[in-house]
Amino acid sequence: MQISLFITCFNDTLFPETGKAMVHLLERLGHAVDFSFEQTCCGQMHYNSGYHEEAIPMLKRFVEVFGDAEYVVAPSASCVAVVKEFYPIIAEKTEDPALIKVVKELIPKVFELSQFLVEELELEDVGAYYPHRVTYHPTCHSLRMLHVGDAPLKLLRNVKGLELVELPGALECCGFGGTFAIKNADTSIAMLSDKMAHINDTGAEVCSSIDNSCLMHIGGGLSRQRSGVKPVHLAEILASTEEGA
Amino acid sequence: MSKKSIQHTPTFEETANAYLTNSQLRRNLGHATHTIRNKRTKIVGEMPDWEHLREAGNKLKKRVMRHLGSYLLQLEESVEKAGGTVHWARDAEEANRIIVDLVKQQEAEEVVKVKSITTDEIKLNEALKKEGIQALETDLAELIVQLAEDEPSHILVPAIHKNRAEIRDLFQEKLNNKELSDRPEDLAEAARLYLRKKFLSARVGISGANFGVAETGTVAVVESEGNGRMCTTLPETLITVMGIEKIIPTWQDFEVFMQLLPRSSTAERMNPYNSFWTGVTPGDGPQEFHLVLLDNGRTNVLADEVGRQTLNCIRCSACLNVCPVYERTGGHAYHSVYPGPIGAILTPQLKGLEDDGAASLPYASSLCGACYEVCPVKIDIPKVLVHLRGKIVDEKKRNGSIKQRLNPEHVGMKWMARVFQNSKKYERAQKIARSGQWLFVKDGTISKLPGQLSGWSAMRDLKPIPDQTFRGWWRTRNE
Repeated sequence: MQISLFITCFNDTLFPETGKAMVHLLERLGHAVDFSFEQTCCGQMHYNSGYHEEAIPMLKRFVEVFGDAEYVVAPSASCVAVVKEFYPIIAEKTEDPALIKVVKELIPKVFELSQFLVEELELEDVGAYYPHRVTYHPTCHSLRMLHVGDAPLKLLRNVKGLELVELPGALECCGFGGTFAIKNADTSIAMLSDKMAHINDTGAEVCSSIDNSCLMHIGGGLSRQRSGVKPVHLAEILASTEEGA
Repeated sequence: MSKKSIQHTPTFEETANAYLTNSQLRRNLGHATHTIRNKRTKIVGEMPDWEHLREAGNKLKKRVMRHLGSYLLQLEESVEKAGGTVHWARDAEEANRIIVDLVKQQEAEEVVKVKSITTDEIKLNEALKKEGIQALETDLAELIVQLAEDEPSHILVPAIHKNRAEIRDLFQEKLNNKELSDRPEDLAEAARLYLRKKFLSARVGISGANFGVAETGTVAVVESEGNGRMCTTLPETLITVMGIEKIIPTWQDFEVFMQLLPRSSTAERMNPYNSFWTGVTPGDGPQEFHLVLLDNGRTNVLADEVGRQTLNCIRCSACLNVCPVYERTGGHAYHSVYPGPIGAILTPQLKGLEDDGAASLPYASSLCGACYEVCPVKIDIPKVLVHLRGKIVDEKKRNGSIKQRLNPEHVGMKWMARVFQNSKKYERAQKIARSGQWLFVKDGTISKLPGQLSGWSAMRDLKPIPDQTFRGWWRTRNE
């Protein structure tokens, strides 16, 4: 199977380890991966902040880069949700029937990593080994836009050595929300404080998730608290093996 | 609404912190919203066809919005045929004038009111007071808010921000009942004794409406206390103020809405009091019935294809109870009678985006989507929030002041949009960011950021940008 990596600008720049982990994992599972240097950003930040016109060229670029791909897989639920939920709306705005059609055809080929593994490859045990106590925060976009359900949990439950602890109030937003975290910093922090209290209550060493954006926010708070809990993307856990990552 | 009448309200971000730091409010709200939220989940879970009901509610409301003009005319005809009188009000001012005149005709100095957010929206009580007419709120929570000279903070539970100790103190002072305890039964009894006298003497009752049936002219109000029933049956004259979007086509449509509304709002299978009236019935109940149909910005909402679904709202408040933002700030931070997620999309559309406070509301959301998930008429609130953000930005681009155009966020967004259009520029930007960050990195962490970004670093550390990007690694790997 040929998998095109949609690494996302955020992970490319700030969390390269997540992208590397995804490459190691997919290759270990026997798949060929490719990466196009032409990819940049899906346009999420612009679109969600109201810069809708600016998101159009980003959509067009995405279509050019990934139009011919067999599978497009990304380590970010929110970026994939943008492609699946917002791209049709943005494409409609261009009133370009060819573009609308290409977007429609491309969407079913785009996957978030955990959903790709569990639903498309029908894999729950990827042969990972991670001897740590881990709690999992399901991000809002993964739950309520992408509907990944418990795919990430299924994967975590099958990781050797991993002790999974349920996160109280898991379904509640962590307070990130993109520019919301800055524009409404006080409210965002109030939400984060409750999320951190729940995470600390679990006694986990690691808080995992499938969006590094939310993890950057949660991890940033935990770091400021000196709580000792480490944010780790699911891909990095799944890439770990007894032989080392 | 004319531009002249705009009163600028404070922005959400300016005032939120004052509410966030109110520990009593945080505790009251956290407790109340979680209780209602859990009850709702349970009671909705009893319904195997809940998703079908939501779909039906959505479709019915969509149809109403498509043919609103003809349904309104049908409603007018039905009400008048049943002996009622219909009045049309373009805005708050017109509605208030109509109501004041009607009350004056009855020579009433006091009116009893059913809980109604629509009358709060038009500030009816103030308009009546100016004319020497005392409006008495009879819903227990509305009464509490009125006696405290406070503002409602929740659509359904207006005094959600107060606990019973606070209410006891208020009643001790305002109802002159020094011995009152804080037991809920005693508090309710004190209010009951006070209100009963008023119900029996009032000549005019004023209500809002949950639904108006175009086919029959029936108006419906659902409530928990029975005080609304008193107001709509005891006085000789009943005046109802109804937003034009509250129409449902036929009596049979109650089948859908009377299942959706109570379960979503109070988490009950049925409301304790369901009042329906059709015009006037000689010898029974009010002998004069006036229905004031209110626009007040609603037709502007209707004109917006994406925003239009906001008018589907049946004011159940399920979105408030699940909202992580509302749960923490409470309703007052929204500076509107419509708080929470629904308020964040309704207020700016009713008031117009020229009001800074109203225009701040679409940003008072992390777009977590919990509101959309529970909405009984499937209003895609996150979608409308993002749509409104788009309108605000478009307006800024077209007519923004120099200050707005030079705002670092605006400049940054425009710059980044250009960067993302070219992978070379993008890679250069990555390098610039990495080499420029030394200014902020201390001991391997970024703990302090300047300007607008300082909100981030107030509570959150950042890891520095790593030396190698993913693409940098991929390049070396494949060399």
